[in-house]
Amino acid sequence: MPLAQTATSVPVTVNKDLCIADKGCTVCVDVCPLDVLRIAVTDDGTKTAYMKYDECWYCMPCEADCPTGAVTVNLPYLLK
Amino acid sequence: MDEILDGLTQIDCDILVIGGGTAGPMAALKAKKKNPEANVVLLDKANVKRSGAISMGMDGLNNSVIPGYATPEQYTKEITIANDGICDQAAVYRYAEECYGIIQELDSFGIRFQKDQNGEYDVKKVHHIGTYVLPMPNGDTVKKALYRQLRKARINIVNRYMATRLLTGEGRVAGAICVNTRTAEFLVVRAKAVIMGLGAAGRLGLPTSGYLYGTYENASNSGEGYAMAYHAGAGLANLECYQINPLIKDYNGPACAYVAGPLGGYTANAAGERFIECDYWSGQMMQEFYDELQGGKGPVFLKLNHLAEETVAEIERVLHIVERPTRGHFHAGRGTDYRKTMIEMHISEIGFCSGHSASGVFVDENARTTIAGLYAAGDMANVPHNYMLGAFTHGAFAGEDAADYIKDMDFAEFDHAEVEAERLRVLAPTKRDDGIPPNQIEYKTRRLVNDYLQPPKVTAKMQLAQKRFAEVREDMEQGMYVRDAHELMRSLEASTILDCADMAAAASLYRTESRWGLYHNRVEYERDDENWFCHTILTKGADGQPAHAKKAVQPYVVDIADEEKDAYYNQRVDPSVAAE
Repeated sequence: MPLAQTATSVPVTVNKDLCIADKGCTVCVDVCPLDVLRIAVTDDGTKTAYMKYDECWYCMPCEADCPTGAVTVNLPYLLK
Repeated sequence: MDEILDGLTQIDCDILVIGGGTAGPMAALKAKKKNPEANVVLLDKANVKRSGAISMGMDGLNNSVIPGYATPEQYTKEITIANDGICDQAAVYRYAEECYGIIQELDSFGIRFQKDQNGEYDVKKVHHIGTYVLPMPNGDTVKKALYRQLRKARINIVNRYMATRLLTGEGRVAGAICVNTRTAEFLVVRAKAVIMGLGAAGRLGLPTSGYLYGTYENASNSGEGYAMAYHAGAGLANLECYQINPLIKDYNGPACAYVAGPLGGYTANAAGERFIECDYWSGQMMQEFYDELQGGKGPVFLKLNHLAEETVAEIERVLHIVERPTRGHFHAGRGTDYRKTMIEMHISEIGFCSGHSASGVFVDENARTTIAGLYAAGDMANVPHNYMLGAFTHGAFAGEDAADYIKDMDFAEFDHAEVEAERLRVLAPTKRDDGIPPNQIEYKTRRLVNDYLQPPKVTAKMQLAQKRFAEVREDMEQGMYVRDAHELMRSLEASTILDCADMAAAASLYRTESRWGLYHNRVEYERDDENWFCHTILTKGADGQPAHAKKAVQPYVVDIADEEKDAYYNQRVDPSVAAE
């Protein structure tokens, strides 16, 4: 059975103007208990963290430990 | 990252601790302290800095036994009664005697506990009988404080490796097979002793929101400890005594009546009336909660809107910083103000967790399982109502006992074919071109758990569950498909969850009586002390299916008078009193 591409809105958002992944920071990726964050290269060539997998316990280490306040944890839509 | 690589490395250590949440770090620290020469490895599928149930901290100790407030005898009695008598008291009593020392040790790590004006611990009463709840004003710092200690003690930390199977040989534990969650490379760890602290099976039932990770427990606690112990041949006790918790509906986090209770908050029905005398969680309390939800007076709420502004502000301060801080976001999103409206509650999906109930890998008062050299502590070990302080304290017991056990012990020989067989099993979903993704296998398993295993339990429904689980297992083994190492981790969790679902059904069918209130409410059977005043032990049978045996409850250390035995059955508020 081939796979479909079903869209979901992700609860964790990253302000890429504040994110310093370009300087090598991976704090949010490192601390996530469910390992759902990754670093991506944006259109202008800089790096930013983003939520790759919609598997969130909305626990908040990513937001609490981010050194620049770039990460926001929202509630997943299904339960908010 | 996440690309599937081929690789296998082997390392050796004296003591392997699997799980870096609560029990694991304390076990590693205590083992190293007792035997500084020992090579102690602490392994976690996440990052020890923020892994486990207390990822964001904890708002208090729910079961501290502090001299002057409670005695070990009193606590042991309370937990025995709360658990309907099915309790080997030695492990509870030892905990009650030694947990005060652990509190002082945590204090020395920089984790503060609330004190009154006289500098005494400010212990609160929440339980039915005794006084054991100690708030932690800076409970958000627990993991950081633990991590500092681990670094200081030079514990070898291995992050992002998921243990999938234990290795045994010569009748004892020999190590574990692990997989990197970002590369799929294998790591075989040979160890003289293994301590498991892998937390609850918290992804067993499906939350009512339908969101797979919107669980009561940390969603990374998917039950690997239970599944690994089972496949290694260890005994698991009283799995039919499910964990079901009262929680904030949809948010699925704890309502924290333990925090709000001592400040005047309480659980109420839709009319704002109390219906239970005591908010401490037990099977009977959960049955009363369920009855109120299902009856005409539901739903159920946490009531704070009668309290003074400064009291509500204090409750908010604690609840919005510690343990599940997004609850502040949740309430803000719905416009819920504790001052004005009551907070809608519900009951959680089912799970295994002895931290709140009694379903766990069988251990004795030294945290030893039924396999030599293999230990378990925390939510996955069967010491009832153990909470966070129990995880720390029994983790300490495990670490200290293991430090002695490994002296003059060499590595056990194991069958290397087991490693090859495990590689084939784990990697099978990577060898297909398409198929069923792990999230669908998991969703279906957990939806079936809700449909057929959620109490009240009915024999015919549980038998149907077994049939459906077998079909899902066939699909999983023949057709599960993953595209990267991250999905491979999820596929392993799906397999674990299915193992736990099978164990939950089998254990519940075996005990043909009702016990522990809602946790094991079998509608066709009454409580039957004559035949079932015992533990049930589930093991993996010779045919690869769950096998069962009864195990006698050890003679009590602390006697319980007949008139005390039913204290937890008299929880419903007398209607004539409630009306006043």
